[in-house]
Amino acid sequence: MLKITLSMFAGVSAFVATAAMAGPVLDAVKARGQLNCGVHPGIVGFMHADSQGAWRGLSIDMCRATAAALFGDASKVKYIPLDAARRFPALDAGEVDLLASNSTMTLARDAGADFAGIYYYDGQGFMVPRKLGKRVASDLNGATICIQSGTTTEANVADFFRLNKMTFKPVLAANVDELRAAFFAGRCDVLTADLSNLYATRAAYAPNPSDYSILPRGITKEPLGLAVRHGDHQFADIVRWSLYAMIEAEEYGISSRNVDEALKSENPTLKRILGVTPGMGKALGVNEKWAYNIVKQVGNYGESFDRNLGPNTVLKIPRGLNSPWRDGGMLYAPPIR
Amino acid sequence: MTDAMPAGERKPLAPPVDETGIIGWGRKNLFSSWGNGITTIVLIVGVVWILNWFLEWALFTANFTASTGSECRGGGACWALIREKFRYIFFGSFPYEQHWRPLFAVITMLAMLVLSADRRMWNWRLIVIWGVGSFVTFLLMFGQIHIPLSLILFVALVGGGIGLALRSALATPSERMAYYALIGIGAVGLVLRILGILPKWSIAIAPLSYVETSLWGGLPVTLILATYGLAFAFPYGILLALGRRSNLPLIKGLCVGFIELIRGVPLISLLIMASVMLPLFLPSGTTIDKFLRAQVAVILFAGAYIAEVIRGGLQSLPKGQFEAADAMGLNYAQKTLLIILPQALRVVIPPLINTFIGFFKDTSLVLIIGIFDFLNTANQALVDPNWAGFPGEVYLFAAFVYFIFCYSMSRYSKYLEVELNKGTRR
Repeated sequence: MLKITLSMFAGVSAFVATAAMAGPVLDAVKARGQLNCGVHPGIVGFMHADSQGAWRGLSIDMCRATAAALFGDASKVKYIPLDAARRFPALDAGEVDLLASNSTMTLARDAGADFAGIYYYDGQGFMVPRKLGKRVASDLNGATICIQSGTTTEANVADFFRLNKMTFKPVLAANVDELRAAFFAGRCDVLTADLSNLYATRAAYAPNPSDYSILPRGITKEPLGLAVRHGDHQFADIVRWSLYAMIEAEEYGISSRNVDEALKSENPTLKRILGVTPGMGKALGVNEKWAYNIVKQVGNYGESFDRNLGPNTVLKIPRGLNSPWRDGGMLYAPPIR
Repeated sequence: MTDAMPAGERKPLAPPVDETGIIGWGRKNLFSSWGNGITTIVLIVGVVWILNWFLEWALFTANFTASTGSECRGGGACWALIREKFRYIFFGSFPYEQHWRPLFAVITMLAMLVLSADRRMWNWRLIVIWGVGSFVTFLLMFGQIHIPLSLILFVALVGGGIGLALRSALATPSERMAYYALIGIGAVGLVLRILGILPKWSIAIAPLSYVETSLWGGLPVTLILATYGLAFAFPYGILLALGRRSNLPLIKGLCVGFIELIRGVPLISLLIMASVMLPLFLPSGTTIDKFLRAQVAVILFAGAYIAEVIRGGLQSLPKGQFEAADAMGLNYAQKTLLIILPQALRVVIPPLINTFIGFFKDTSLVLIIGIFDFLNTANQALVDPNWAGFPGEVYLFAAFVYFIFCYSMSRYSKYLEVELNKGTRR
């Protein structure tokens, strides 16, 4: 009976696709000639479709970097929008090869899937009207705080204030729109959410963005990771080192603009990264030009950050934790050697 | 005095000026008493105030030409956002330079719907309109269509079966032979195909580049989900309604069970089942297109609701109609198709169109499984960092487009009621 039903479905062959799931992920991706990347339907600066319908954002650049390493062509990505509840089941079922959907890396999630690198260090923070003059989270004793109810942010705020022996008055909102409306209408002094979200909210919804300041330090750790399915270490390595290549490129000053000159450099580290001295690509199981392709087509981490989140965008997110380690940030890629 | 009237004939006096024309109408309808007068004035002031505010925002201080969202800020409505984003809102991620394809697909579907709304088309022409219309629509959307042998055989089998059931008493022997031949070819062919004796063969029609369903978005998706959802759900709902009134306990039980099961769960849970659970049951390596899964879920859901609406129509028919049909010697198919359904469906037009309108809007729930229907692409337009922060404009625009479709359906329902009730109206 199942066979018959299946062949009836197969009748509408244009609708039916077969994802070869036998063998490791890498073989399937290579055979398909396209990377299936799971993304969130829309987060300002991280992933969104532009007016032409093309996907853009920092998370999107992670998918593009992996595709550039695998195929030498950053455009060979199929983006599959998934909401928060469906993303990990979809990864499990083989619907996507790589999740770049701003998922926080946690132990429980890492046990179910594999995390191949952290591409953005986020954390829960606070936004306040500038005129209140608050500088750090410990100034917020007794404040009224707008919180989205039923989320982890609610519990985090309660924990933070209890630990620091401070009090606050919560104003609970049922959804994001209500939350924003309550804050900008002045029903509370403080808005709490993830920092990246606060910057986006300020840019897009504040009547006058410069009237609001965002306290720089987060109260939680929200490392946004790239998740892959258990069981294909080689594929996970390619994803991980594609991200590292972007970070390394920034550290060594290679960008999409100067990468062609860098090919002529005598610096042995650059020669290794860019595949002038062969070996790294072979070790990873990709073309020797893998890192060159990433930098040329996607750019280094800093370029991607500036293009999507940085000071020239409406978001104006400071690099903060997401600066290279030499500048006091968390971006520290192991050497490509 | 040339125009003096003859004695005894008087021209009736015109009614007083304050009882005719606009003044009279106003006096009678708006200011007939102190209370009504005050209500009228308060309402007029209120409407003018709201309209004034709205026009100020939507027209006089609106920005139609800004090139980024920040230029728009501070003024009235930012219609420049719609200007920038309308192609994305209408067609989603469909390859940008090929947007003419979904455009013509939408036009084809609208033409198909408008043509089949005309009663003069309600015969064999309907099949031609839908066949050609659907083929053109999907050819434009996919770019390439492969028609497999098994589908052709299946159509032959079903076509023969339906022909035989409907025209068994009327058909000439040669026509009947043709139906038997169709059924025979279809059935034998399908068996051979399933056994693997016939090869996996298909006709390829491929004039354009292939665009997979995950790239479809916007209005074509909403229209396809709603149109085909309801087109398949309607006959399916009729079958369920007839099954629910059947005398055979097994059929009746199955239909009642199905209807109650579907009506007992929200559409969202059915969509999530189709998108999350179904892949887990299928053998690994086989994935059914997400769009098709959502489409099937919509059909099943709409079918159950339509069945209940139609059952209401069936129950409103007096028993005499059934008995008279039996007395005429009509078989079940003839009785149902010629006597019962035409009367039952006529009764249920208003609730039926109500269900249709409801489902047209309900298709936007597919956004939770990541299908970019019209409302979802409108949502997406809000996430662009250059244009974020104008939800009012985008949702108003989306509401306007939805309103056009739903209002046309509602007007059509009105027309159909008048048209089909001519016989009972004096």
